[in-house]
Amino acid sequence: MKHYKKMIQPYVVWAALLIVIPLILIALYAFTEEGNEVLTLSFTWKNFAKFLESTYVNVVVKSFWLGIITTFLCLLLGYPLAFIISRFPEKTQATLILLVTIPEWINMLLRTYAWMNILADNGIINQLLDLLGMRPVNMMYTDFSVILGLVCNFMPFMIIPIHTSLSKMDKSLIEAAYDLGATPFQTFRKVIWKLSIPGVLNGIMMVFLLSVSTFVIPKLLGGGQYMLIGNLIESQFISVGDWNFGSAISLILAVIILIFMSLMKRMDKQEE
Amino acid sequence: MNVRKSSIWERIYLGIMFLVMYLPIGVVIAFSFNESKLPVRFTGFSLVWYEKLFADHAMMEALLNSLILGVLSCLLSAVIGTLGAVGLSRTRWRSRGLMEYISILPLMIPEIILGMVLMAFFYMLRLPFGMLTLLIGHTIFCVPYILIEVKARLEGLDPFLEEAARDMGAGPLRTFRDVTLPLVMPAVLSGSLLAFAMSMDDVVISIFINGPRLSTLPIKVYTQIKTGVTPEINALCTIMLAATVLAFAAWYLCKKLTGGKEEDEQQVD
Repeated sequence: MKHYKKMIQPYVVWAALLIVIPLILIALYAFTEEGNEVLTLSFTWKNFAKFLESTYVNVVVKSFWLGIITTFLCLLLGYPLAFIISRFPEKTQATLILLVTIPEWINMLLRTYAWMNILADNGIINQLLDLLGMRPVNMMYTDFSVILGLVCNFMPFMIIPIHTSLSKMDKSLIEAAYDLGATPFQTFRKVIWKLSIPGVLNGIMMVFLLSVSTFVIPKLLGGGQYMLIGNLIESQFISVGDWNFGSAISLILAVIILIFMSLMKRMDKQEE
Repeated sequence: MNVRKSSIWERIYLGIMFLVMYLPIGVVIAFSFNESKLPVRFTGFSLVWYEKLFADHAMMEALLNSLILGVLSCLLSAVIGTLGAVGLSRTRWRSRGLMEYISILPLMIPEIILGMVLMAFFYMLRLPFGMLTLLIGHTIFCVPYILIEVKARLEGLDPFLEEAARDMGAGPLRTFRDVTLPLVMPAVLSGSLLAFAMSMDDVVISIFINGPRLSTLPIKVYTQIKTGVTPEINALCTIMLAATVLAFAAWYLCKKLTGGKEEDEQQVD
């Protein structure tokens, strides 16, 4: 097994340089006094106190709430899709999965911009409603438009891991369940769902983490007032210029995410 | 769960989902041929936005930058990510659990933090912001995508295949090249495709580390959207979509050709 250790070396170097060291840097920023030179090393709790004092907590809560809703909707809509795809002949499956990934190739900004055109007050949906003689609906700059944008953007990240674990599944297990007298619902719950859980957990992890940290989509579909944690960090770094407070928020977010991740990992291990 | 009975509903569901996924793309394509500047009503067919796009040198340069960046970061990440995945799933060393955490960390950490952190890091190293910093920066999210795909594939594989190869006298390098690599190749390819897509799509990280002079396509688009989009962007998107479909077609053909070869070899053996 020694040769595998050699193989991993470039990866270890890469990970240390680009992940570990910069993360230490973030922690340093979060705990030091104002000023963009980190190496001053004058430690303080000020940045974290600022976070608790203000209404910033609400921003975090809202971000997580939106992340959970988005993930849930992606799972609810994406699981059946992955399941349906996994039952086609293998060649068709490959094509369908390709079709799922193609929209990901279009720039996310453009897809979001297209949704703006569709949802706007004088956009396509409202023009259609107008033709049908119905009253226009205000959809832009609401939770609805933001969630729609998030779900549409991140759906493939739910579908692909679920499909991977569903298509890896031994189909004879399903037949065996039927032969043993299981109802379709029982078969699904006890065999298919159980076997697809690694994929589901992967999907949940990806979608949640992408949606909780996004800032472009809420900015475009939610308007300038729409503050999520990503927007907060961005404003701290770009407009306010308080790198230290921005780092403190980032650190809090990172810690919450790490807890979430280890919970997911534990669930995954339990299933095994 | 009678397959035939539910089939029609399944197809309808599939259709609706794909319709929603492709609706924005359809809108973008349709409006790229629109005469009017306002993307609200279709007033007439026109190619004026395409002409404007090709006349825009800055835009063309940004496109070229993005393509170079996407390909290079993808290649670099495919090497690092595949080796990392093989190493991670085939070794039993003490710090393996920690490495596994670290391996997916870049996907767990918000892009915006990564961007800012890389900016601070490169600033500290005094690296000049430009193509090099973008290339290094993009591997941070490209590697994990490839690594996850390859690792998932490796976990589903029978480890005895590799052991068998070793028992038959194949050296470690040969085992990797002739057994492991061909087996994980589909995962490497699909991971790389995803990574390339992410690289072409990335605004958040790039905007922190691109430097004042260099602009990638998404950055260009982002600044244009902020200042009010011109339908030129729709035209650009349509071209990118066409390129994507062509690239996929080429990839598919490649896979089919090499797949055919493998089968032949098996028959000869």
